[in-house]
Amino acid sequence: MEQKTILNQTHRDMGARMTPFGGWDMPIHYGSQIEEHHAVRRDAGMFDVCHMTAVDVRGPEAKDFLRHLLANDVGKLKAPGKALYSCMLKENGGVIDDLIVYFMHKDWFRMVVNAATTEKDIAWMERQARGKEVQIQPRRDLGMIAIQGPNARAKTLPLLPEALREAAENLKPFSAADHGDWFVGRTGYTGEDGFEILLPAGQVVALWNALALAGVRPCGLGARDTLRLEAGMNLYGADMDEDCSPLESGLAWTVALGDLNRDFIGRSALVTQKAGGRLPRFTGVLLAGKGVLRNRQKLYDGEREVGEITSGGFSPTLERAIGLARIDADASDRISVDMRGRKLPLVLVKPPFVRNGKPCL
Amino acid sequence: MSNIPENLKYAESHEWVHDEGDGTVTVGISDHAQELLGDLVFVELPETGAQLKAGDESAVVESVKAASDVYSPVDGEVIETNELLADSPEVINEAPYDNWIFKLKLSNPVQLDELLDAAAYASLVKAEED
Repeated sequence: MEQKTILNQTHRDMGARMTPFGGWDMPIHYGSQIEEHHAVRRDAGMFDVCHMTAVDVRGPEAKDFLRHLLANDVGKLKAPGKALYSCMLKENGGVIDDLIVYFMHKDWFRMVVNAATTEKDIAWMERQARGKEVQIQPRRDLGMIAIQGPNARAKTLPLLPEALREAAENLKPFSAADHGDWFVGRTGYTGEDGFEILLPAGQVVALWNALALAGVRPCGLGARDTLRLEAGMNLYGADMDEDCSPLESGLAWTVALGDLNRDFIGRSALVTQKAGGRLPRFTGVLLAGKGVLRNRQKLYDGEREVGEITSGGFSPTLERAIGLARIDADASDRISVDMRGRKLPLVLVKPPFVRNGKPCL
Repeated sequence: MSNIPENLKYAESHEWVHDEGDGTVTVGISDHAQELLGDLVFVELPETGAQLKAGDESAVVESVKAASDVYSPVDGEVIETNELLADSPEVINEAPYDNWIFKLKLSNPVQLDELLDAAAYASLVKAEED
């Protein structure tokens, strides 16, 4: 039996087609995934992300704890409200989850983690926190809505509590403001401007309905996936998981190795991996002809299998198939994909494919 | 509830069949099928002249969500394919019964009697939706 977010009945009332996702019963679309995708690129769309979990990390040792727990360095977060994307690694460098961490106030950070990984993440964090002056607090009392698109902020601002409005209006990208249990981050997972809002669960339905009245289009997980893929953003469980490291997943930029005194979990494994060389290439790919790339399709250099599509799909903006792929270090650039027994040529490109409504290719 | 026209026959794999009355049939996918698939973005058509058996994979419809085979509902030879679908696969979402995929010359016309009528197909769809 899947868990339901507080918006479940609202989705059904709005005509959503529901699907199981990470243990949750979630909307995949409300009629047309492609139109929802375009709404976010051209105007404003909203996503129920209540299935994701905010986890507060508090205590005098919170910062030191997170500098050990995460592969990116929360020491970079100098001002309250600043956000950082990071992986949380196992000792062997495998990715337990990817997340955003916000520096809230002194001795207080907030992480937002994936839905399907929430329980293992919390168990892992609690284990690492043993004996330290830090509390791990999953905030199941809060819900979360993401509003994304060029007009997302303008349509959202009048609906925020007055005490938060001015701060939200002045937010720089990748930073956040809070007031009481309301929290607004200028972050997202679509490659567009917008907000991610955490708020008391009891107020979520009212905000969702007010946003809909303001002309923000409800969007399902289908559009969320094509938007993040066009933006070249990794999806946990598809593009990386516990069996591959950030260095094999296009996420080397999120691993902070600079401070040699910072001994984070997985560091020595990554250093060894890097020194060994021959790391697979993680790249964007385009299908030259017609068809749609899908997760787990096999890639070939001539007759030799050299990798796979980790995330594939149809890009509504580019109107062609795009994907992210992991390819052996010694493969050439002449890569083909096996599509139902036929080998079709791919073009290797550097993501993102689309940002701020515009194709990047 | 999806639209299921009375004048068509249906396969359990969600294709519709229109009997042209001259030994040929027109084949497409049902409203229920297009709704399950979501927005279509690509259709791979069979070759004209291909000899198909009932149950053979004959075409592929790809949506934003997944690729799905279209099975031939009956035995026959492909005599025409709907070239409009190459550039505009989304017309199947808009009007699944107006936008056919291929036409067959029947090699075993009695097979038409084995297909589901609208009422039987409606109960199959209802069972899937419950």
